[in-house]
Amino acid sequence: MTKLDPIEALQAAFGDAIEDVSTFRGDTTVVVSAAKIADIGRYCLQTEGLEYNLLSDVTGIDYYPQEPRFAVAYHLYSLPHNRSLRLKVYLPGDDPVVPSVTPVWPTANWFEREIYDLLGVTFTDHPDLRRILMPEGWDGHPLRKDYPLGYETVQFSFNFDEVDRHKPYAKE
Amino acid sequence: MGVTPKLGELGVVTTRLEDAVNWARTRAMWPMLFGLACCAIEMMSTQASNYDMSRFGMELMRPSPRQSDLMIVAGRVTRKMAPVLRQLYDQMPEPKWVLSMGDCASCGGVFNNYAIVQGVDEIVPVDVYVAGCPPRPEQLIHGIITLHERIKQERIADWA
Amino acid sequence: MSVQEETVWQGDVEKLRGLVSDRALSGETMVLNMGPQHPSTHGVLRLLLELDGEDIVNCIPDIGFLHTGIEKNMEAKRYEQSITMTDRMDYLNPLGNNLAYCLAMEKLIELDVPPRAQVIRVLLAELTRINSHLVWLGTHALDIGAMSVFLYCFREREKILDIFEMVSGQRMMSTYFRPGGLWRDVPEEFEPAVRDFIDYFPAKVDDYEKLLSNNPIWLDRTQGIGFISAEDAIALGCTGPTLRGSGVNWDIRKALPYSGYEQFDFEVPLGVHGDVYDRYIIRIEEMRQSLRIVEQAIDNLPGGLFRSNNRKYVPPPRAELGHSMEAVIHHFKLWTEGFRPPKGEVYVRVESPRGELGCFLASDGSPRPWRVRFRTPSFVHLSALPHMAKGHLIADLVGIIGSVDIVLGDCDR
Ligand code: SF4
Repeated sequence: MTKLDPIEALQAAFGDAIEDVSTFRGDTTVVVSAAKIADIGRYCLQTEGLEYNLLSDVTGIDYYPQEPRFAVAYHLYSLPHNRSLRLKVYLPGDDPVVPSVTPVWPTANWFEREIYDLLGVTFTDHPDLRRILMPEGWDGHPLRKDYPLGYETVQFSFNFDEVDRHKPYAKE
Repeated sequence: MGVTPKLGELGVVTTRLEDAVNWARTRAMWPMLFGLACCAIEMMSTQASNYDMSRFGMELMRPSPRQSDLMIVAGRVTRKMAPVLRQLYDQMPEPKWVLSMGDCASCGGVFNNYAIVQGVDEIVPVDVYVAGCPPRPEQLIHGIITLHERIKQERIADWA
Repeated sequence: MSVQEETVWQGDVEKLRGLVSDRALSGETMVLNMGPQHPSTHGVLRLLLELDGEDIVNCIPDIGFLHTGIEKNMEAKRYEQSITMTDRMDYLNPLGNNLAYCLAMEKLIELDVPPRAQVIRVLLAELTRINSHLVWLGTHALDIGAMSVFLYCFREREKILDIFEMVSGQRMMSTYFRPGGLWRDVPEEFEPAVRDFIDYFPAKVDDYEKLLSNNPIWLDRTQGIGFISAEDAIALGCTGPTLRGSGVNWDIRKALPYSGYEQFDFEVPLGVHGDVYDRYIIRIEEMRQSLRIVEQAIDNLPGGLFRSNNRKYVPPPRAELGHSMEAVIHHFKLWTEGFRPPKGEVYVRVESPRGELGCFLASDGSPRPWRVRFRTPSFVHLSALPHMAKGHLIADLVGIIGSVDIVLGDCDR
């Protein structure tokens, strides 16, 4: 089976859309332009010699207060060639929109819904973009860095009575 | 005549109504089969061969709230689950009890964050708290026996 | 509301469009809710079912009833502190989660793990796999109607939990793996206990097989149910026994060995049909193979350190604190501030009992992780559930849910 070098192949096919290539601890990361991600994904899946057929993971990262604020990382794995690759796109903080890769890898469906729910990144062309983990009417996106972690004071012995007084205990 | 031979000539037992009813309530308590998270696995161990909760008359887990007396809240209660939990509680017939199993259900445990209700007592009134993450089956059994002891103290005046 | 008004439906049909087929909107098929409190959904899974008589036309999972915010909580803790959180994620595989997280940390800071720690890690991870498969088998059989298997499985599981308790002091949430090795060395009683288990367990697996594998009721309810083809399984991201049930030979322990799995000799069972029965056979066989790994590990348990000696990341042993100033400083720094990994991002995969468990760790150079992300197998398998369930009878749905082995804590995190 022929094996292509993913970096060379991507650079040859997409040129400027490949913004950066780096390797850290053996993981290769290719930063690509957000608008092209679906095409690049399809290329990675369908080109003979690459065949990244398993989309292991899609995850979103919030780099607040940096700009561009959001990133979405795609972890691809190729079963025939036993190797992996990370694609990454950066998105602006005020309007994070990226094309969905669900038409390429169906497994991205729920991953993207989760990112939409927890980080507020919108995916265009997604078949069913709804909240998945939080209740329907929830305010805000919990995994954003400017969202508070929790809001109830922990009850210790020194503030036991204080917290006890305000705690909304249930009635019958 | 008639029934006497079947009763084995036991004679007459006298007791107070309270004691008889409380005895009946504790010896055939039907918990609701309601697992939420990790603690539910320990609850299953408590039901299974090594710990065997049927020794306390509690082997019959009912999946329907309409048929159960005791709700064991085994695990963390999220804000999304809270309304469901309350609805299940409202469906249970009186008399009913709630046992909060594990740190998460009792006070939020290690998760003090946006998603977890900090103690299920904000949603339903709790009778017994069992600490531990997860509590050992022995601890759960101890919690249940504590609940039984409490029920035995109940008076007719409180029943209403 | 008067009776006249009641007969006019007030709801909004538009919300359902796109989720269910048009036949449901006209009332030809029925939309039914299942869960989140249902004995066969293995926790708090809610399914929206569209039924045509008994046939499932559509199945829409609704998850998040156990969303715990673990990823966000881990960002607020130091690297080592958050190991406790990983246990509580997939609660049937606590040591496997520890392993994934520790491997990710070790990859980030380039920390070596001594051979003894690696072998003990593998040993315990395989025991955890058996433990998880036992709970799976018990509950799966209970769903399909075989009560006694549940009792037997939990009897054997207690033996494994005893071993975990012996090494870590906790039955389930053991938090035993630490960056660079283990929390402490295994006690003396560990080896005899594991050997006892190795002698005891194979006969029990045969017993389960005797009870189920040729049982006509079991065969009827599992064969040809929940079929998924190899191409679909890959496209939907299935991994682990669900993928191997369809005949794809991919096991991360073989393909991308971690923690020294390449030293062990074991086989990867494969299915042919990709149905519920094949997945069941694979898990049964995996228990035997895991036991083989455990046996090899205990036979070749190397001596030496149980935790790395790199004082930048690993606290010094208690005894050193009495006489070495340097040790005190290291200890103080590690417990007050924690270590600072370099800036970067890593992704690590391990084979959990359910499939690929991935851990993505992004560091910004501070003692707290910037972003922790777990790619959990249950989440992906649940998204593949509608594909497997469509066209089957509603009575078979519990078998299909059971066969993909979901853990809701793993799914929702
Ligand atoms: S108390 Fe511990 S074991 Fe129980 S649900 Fe919470 S995290 Fe899980």
